[in-house]
Amino acid sequence: MPSSLTRTPILDVDAIRAQFPALHRTVHEGTPLVYLDNAATSQKPQVVLDRLAHYYAQENSNVHRGVHTMSQEATDAYEEAREVIREHLNAASTREVIFTRGTTEGINLVARSFAQPRLRPGDEILITAMEHHANIVPWQLVAEATGARLQVIPVDDRGVLDVDAFERLLTPRVKMLAVVHISNALGTVNPVRHLITQAQGLGIPVLVDGAQSVPHGPVDVQALGADFFCFSAHKALGPTGFGVLYGREALLETMPPWQGGGDMIERVTFERTTYNELPHRFEAGTPHIAGAVATATALQYLQEIGPAAVAAQEQDLLTYATGQLEEIEGVRLVGTAPDKASVLSFVLDGVHPYDVGVLLDHMGVAVRTGHHCTQPLMQRFGLPGTVRASFAFYNTREEADRLAASVRRAASMLT
Amino acid sequence: MAHPATAQARAQEIVEDFALFDDWMGRYEYLIDLGRDLPLIDPQHKTEAYRIHGCQAQVWLHADTDDGLVHYTADSDALITKGLIALLLRVLSGLPADEIRHADLAFLDEIGLREHLSATRKNGLASMVSTMKAHAKAHAAL
Repeated sequence: MPSSLTRTPILDVDAIRAQFPALHRTVHEGTPLVYLDNAATSQKPQVVLDRLAHYYAQENSNVHRGVHTMSQEATDAYEEAREVIREHLNAASTREVIFTRGTTEGINLVARSFAQPRLRPGDEILITAMEHHANIVPWQLVAEATGARLQVIPVDDRGVLDVDAFERLLTPRVKMLAVVHISNALGTVNPVRHLITQAQGLGIPVLVDGAQSVPHGPVDVQALGADFFCFSAHKALGPTGFGVLYGREALLETMPPWQGGGDMIERVTFERTTYNELPHRFEAGTPHIAGAVATATALQYLQEIGPAAVAAQEQDLLTYATGQLEEIEGVRLVGTAPDKASVLSFVLDGVHPYDVGVLLDHMGVAVRTGHHCTQPLMQRFGLPGTVRASFAFYNTREEADRLAASVRRAASMLT
Repeated sequence: MAHPATAQARAQEIVEDFALFDDWMGRYEYLIDLGRDLPLIDPQHKTEAYRIHGCQAQVWLHADTDDGLVHYTADSDALITKGLIALLLRVLSGLPADEIRHADLAFLDEIGLREHLSATRKNGLASMVSTMKAHAKAHAAL
């Protein structure tokens, strides 16, 4: 008997699922969708969709500019969103909450505006072997521009970061540590608190890529102690094209603007321009206002469910689905760290991940296949890629059963 | 049975083969079998020079001309992609360059596999078709 019938639920998942329209659609001629690509992007609850529509229907105006009523309302909603996001991250001040297009832009901003002016030839930027391309390439660009070098902390065969190697690599040459909080490809939860303490002990600033952590549990940037922390709204129930960079105020104050334009200035003459205060100094041009207000709604929704309950539900799904997949002959899990988020990367012996993905799609199961924008990590494991099922709190054990049944069927067709 | 002389007649045969299956599983099992049976490519043609990059799967393609006819061999690391390669080779390989250039691949719609040729699939097949046509164009110009 599947154990899906015999457990005490952590959340009322049926009631939650009712609030997510996309979870109820079908694919391939009437097959109910099982959405397990949450590490790529989450689905959106109705309140977030309503908030986006309400903004454009009733509040649409430019912010920080108009004296008219709608512009005031839009500005209020936009800056209230900043406060909601500040509270969710437990940042000390809204001056530390910079709106971006997403995690990628946040990392690029820090690389260009913070790291590049500080780097000299021979300096080192330390990253891990499990970084997303977004936390590799921006550092390569500034390394090329400055003569600095990238150093990479290795991972073991389980996908666990080699902390001893990290401590060996932490030399006075290191001027920046940039590390992923939770690996998108393996699910590994990195010991970021420890890494930050060690690095900061040597005066090395730390950026944490929180793209996979904000959606899946509580995050407290002050407790974490990171100098910079960024995430994308769309993976955390919010809209695409919006994200947040948290930075410690003392560091942000020292950073030159990255992009120039409207809203980021105090006074402009052809001779000289002075810049606006934090956080606006880093927000040139008309921002994604609808994105900001809808992200606030998404984070409030997450708060109401409870980040701890979200994490518990996802751990239950991870444990259950891991057990189901391990029973299938030929399945090999990639990423078996003891501390893991709800990401299940796997390969079928002798089978290309793409073939598995195509067949799962026909069975209604949406997974990601390929290198997950972590090509160096896939090379580390000697794989062209994996099949990745990633669970959110709105997924169910029944869906994990459907994943397992579909993988079994795909395996029987392909092997 | 003689191999039909035109791309259209060859495609029609494939459509008739696929008509025997009434669900997607049958079609894909057949496609996977075609992939398994795809003749091995000469190892010297399974190198970087012949590789077509796909984000999801890799494809290797080699073209040869003989008396105005273009012959292709190809391979992939993914089995479903190999099955689709088998279909494309069956329709296009061994035809005059001009016919390959202008061949339309509408048969893939009829057998429900057109989605695999979309460039957004990133499985290398869309690039393979454009490379096949580019080869044919180059040979037609000779």
